[in-house]
Amino acid sequence: MSNEAVLHANIGEAHDVHSNHQTHHHETFITKYVFSQDHKMISKQFLITGMVWAIIGGLFSVLFRLQLGFPDTSFPWLEDILGKWWAEGGHITPQGYYALVTIHGTVLVFFVLTAGLSGTFANFLIPLQVGARDMASPFMNMLSYWFFFIAGIIMLASIFVETGPFSGGWTAYPPLSALGDTSPGSKIGMDLWLISLALFVVSSLLGGLNYIATILNMRTKGMSMTRMPLTVWAMLFTAILGVLSFPVLFSGFILLIFDRNFGTSFYLSDIFIASTNTALPNEGGSAILYQHLFWFLGHPEVYIIMLPAMGMVSEIISVNTRKPIFGYIAMVGSLFAIATLSFLVWAHHMFVTGLNPFLGSIFALLTLLIAIPSSIKVFNWLTTLWRGSIRFSPGMLFALGFVSMFISGGLTGIWMGNATIDIHIHDTYFIIAHFHLVMGVASIFGMFAGVYHWFPKMYGRYMNTTAAYIHFWITLIGAYLIFWPMHYTGLAGMPRRYYDYSIWESFKQFAELNKSISIVVIITFLTQFLFIINFFHSIWRGRKVTSTNPWKSNTLEWTTPINPGHGNWPGEIPEVYRGPYDYGKDGIDFIPQTTPIGAEESGHH
Amino acid sequence: MTILLVLAVTILVFIVIFQISKASEYVSVLKGEEKSRKQTNKINAFLMLAFMIVGFIGVWYCNKILYHKTLLWQPAASDHGEKIDTLLWITLWITFAVFILTQFLLFWFSYKYQEKEGKKVFYFAHSNKLEIIWTSVPAVVLAVLIVFGLKYWFEFTGDAPKNALEVEVTGKQFGWIYRYKGADGVFGKKYFKIIDDATNPLGLIWKDNAALGLKDDAKSHDDIVVAQTMYIVKDRPVKLIIGSRDVVHDVGLPHFRLKMDAVPGTPTTMWFTPKYTTAEMKKITKNPDFVYEISCDQMCGNGHYSMKGIIEVVTQAEFDAWLADKSPAYQAAVNSSTNESAPVIAATTTNNVNQKTIVQKQ
Ligand code: HEM
Ligand SMILES: [Cu+2]
Ligand SMILES: [Cu+2]
Repeated sequence: MSNEAVLHANIGEAHDVHSNHQTHHHETFITKYVFSQDHKMISKQFLITGMVWAIIGGLFSVLFRLQLGFPDTSFPWLEDILGKWWAEGGHITPQGYYALVTIHGTVLVFFVLTAGLSGTFANFLIPLQVGARDMASPFMNMLSYWFFFIAGIIMLASIFVETGPFSGGWTAYPPLSALGDTSPGSKIGMDLWLISLALFVVSSLLGGLNYIATILNMRTKGMSMTRMPLTVWAMLFTAILGVLSFPVLFSGFILLIFDRNFGTSFYLSDIFIASTNTALPNEGGSAILYQHLFWFLGHPEVYIIMLPAMGMVSEIISVNTRKPIFGYIAMVGSLFAIATLSFLVWAHHMFVTGLNPFLGSIFALLTLLIAIPSSIKVFNWLTTLWRGSIRFSPGMLFALGFVSMFISGGLTGIWMGNATIDIHIHDTYFIIAHFHLVMGVASIFGMFAGVYHWFPKMYGRYMNTTAAYIHFWITLIGAYLIFWPMHYTGLAGMPRRYYDYSIWESFKQFAELNKSISIVVIITFLTQFLFIINFFHSIWRGRKVTSTNPWKSNTLEWTTPINPGHGNWPGEIPEVYRGPYDYGKDGIDFIPQTTPIGAEESGHH
Repeated sequence: MTILLVLAVTILVFIVIFQISKASEYVSVLKGEEKSRKQTNKINAFLMLAFMIVGFIGVWYCNKILYHKTLLWQPAASDHGEKIDTLLWITLWITFAVFILTQFLLFWFSYKYQEKEGKKVFYFAHSNKLEIIWTSVPAVVLAVLIVFGLKYWFEFTGDAPKNALEVEVTGKQFGWIYRYKGADGVFGKKYFKIIDDATNPLGLIWKDNAALGLKDDAKSHDDIVVAQTMYIVKDRPVKLIIGSRDVVHDVGLPHFRLKMDAVPGTPTTMWFTPKYTTAEMKKITKNPDFVYEISCDQMCGNGHYSMKGIIEVVTQAEFDAWLADKSPAYQAAVNSSTNESAPVIAATTTNNVNQKTIVQKQ
């Protein structure tokens, strides 16, 4: 659909699309804030829902860190709050611990860093930056949010069932996840987990298809693909990854649902259950099949989480160094390479499953290849900083923090991608350090950067910068203090997902360290409320934005009114004449994309 | 009570920070926003530099206090482990150098190129030369690493030497069962549907079973089944044939630098040559309590964290003596079914979740 058709079809009585839509049709509270079809509102819904989930997921990590840090201390109030099942006698129980860990992982990976990140910024930025009035299908877009919302409600419900939520780890490997008799969490909690994530897949497909369609079809005049900001490129690749890989996860889930409920043996074979003293009838299934299906999504998924952050960071760094992003084409090319390769490396999560060694070697090779485009990106960001004029806005600080985290975590990928070393460090804390730095913290930093940077566009107000600076510095220091030492525990062979290490001669020497880490976790977690308070306070009380382009930015979102209505531009959608990164060109601070190429101007594309 | 206190203090801290933040916003409006923005820009640029310096010191300090708690300073206890360590150290030094370089550039540039009055930026949109350099240099380095890596990888995943001691390892919630071949030098057949936790935890086929169509396999009669502690021999290759009785587990051997999943229905293998006996390792690690522990490295349920096995590396003579002392599982089962005495493999049935003590007593 063309831009104008979208609005005609979806904004009821908007007769004249060229005039200001806000005043034109009546919106009730329900259509404006709840079942909204405005991409900007949907984006805010994703953001705020994501924030709620981030608090829940973060709180869970605080709770299980209490156990790891203080295994011998009793916190009676824990039992008061959580009840016996979770915290009998003030100690987190093993079942409680594993439930917390599992839901923490699931929620942060899927609800926060996938839906919360892509949902927020793909929705917000794609139409605004390509010059579209809304998404290709605002209705599907709305559905995408509501599927996500329901998925969340079901996940939340699973926490309160009698046998507890699923507790076999976010990767949910069968047979553990298939058989209720092997773990209480694999009973009804797992059914709810599966239903929730199945709905989540639907949500992300609806969203992803929409993002792709919008980017490909609804760019404004002059916005050729190579004039798109890197954010949009990143969102495009993210959406493609999701659309191609989530269905595979879905199929894996369907088979799991069959094995759980209908007596099939896709994943099950040769199983004897000690707790009931029975052998199961299933024979011939392969537990490893699930892992292939899972990681076929699982690896692209980590890039689904990473790419939007990379895109936003590129944009924010360029704006705040007042310099073009170095190597725009290389940046797009490396995004492309990462996206392509990310489909070809999934079995690096399975080096020690008994995988065919030859296959393992191919996956090791391809995995190390992915480090090349990753390093191109890092070097290009660094060169962008070189001889720039850097403004440390909160968004910029988080973007720089992102780069630092990405380096720290990415380098350890080279260790584990080399299958030989992975034999030693697989499933130890080393991996926890790797992916929390490179994915967890880095992407969250990307998300913070995005929120701080585009908040003025979202709400027409600024967030408080002092609070933002405090938030940044404590979070940066905290994140390193938490995850850096975990490389060492990993190099002691300390396995992940252990409730208690004190019975292990090989791992018990880290009790003190675990305590310090837990304390830092609590402080860092609390610091996040500085952000939350700042965010909500600023929505209503923040300093008002007075210019349409507060960061002196080139991209199209800053050509809309301070508080754009549904349809984004009151008049014609502006035409684009140049790429998004003409900062400092010919000595001119910035040249918006809407400025025609001057006669005297030096080389351009 | 303390919790309320902590809560109150936390809230107080928030209010203070919040007030300061608000106040500084007003001040900046009064002072002129541009001017105060420039001031904070300087502060943040300085903090970037400070963070880098303190961060590098922190990295050094962290290493200082944690290094000796890791395996990094200990020799790997297997031949494969030694090679893994070699590659690990090479990779460590390379990535550490890149880490220092890139983090330095990141924070140094941030500081150096902070916004300054009247300074123009250098318009620099791309450079093929630079981009080729930093595509090809990493490519070469990675190629070297992967060549090394795959050489070892194929060696480890290749066939075990002929003289290897074969031990079957079976994981179950939440413990390990080992099987040795017995006098005939072969493993007898087994079938999971005849598993009985008390008498036949592996389901060895030692009598006919018409219902399941199983024929007694005499080769299983001399197989030796033990729980909890596995004995292997110094300097003799050992090949583990790994399986699981219920969910996926993983035989994690940190001191040997190895691990391999235990998957129900799909046996896996792993082989290596132990280099030091347990007694020698006690000296090397200067830890009289040292034991080779098998940690389960794959989430397998609520008792995952307690799924511990022990490996005793001994000399061949000690091993022979140990093995001679064991009677085949079949015999024990036959005996116990005649006199209803205690189960054969006591330790396998006693593990349960939620108690710290169980695993300690082995
Ligand atoms: C330099 C590029 C990278 C390489 C070579 C690499 C390699 C690997 C390898 C081999 C593993 C499996 C380790 C194991 O299970 O033993 C792994 C785990 C993981 N990686 Fe990376 N990685 C890279 C970058 C990333 C990025 C950018 C992300 C996220 C945005 C990421 C997220 C993860 C996650 C989440 C896991 C663990 C999943 C789990 O087991 O729960 N990695 N990485
Ligand atoms: Cu991966
Ligand atoms: Cu386990």
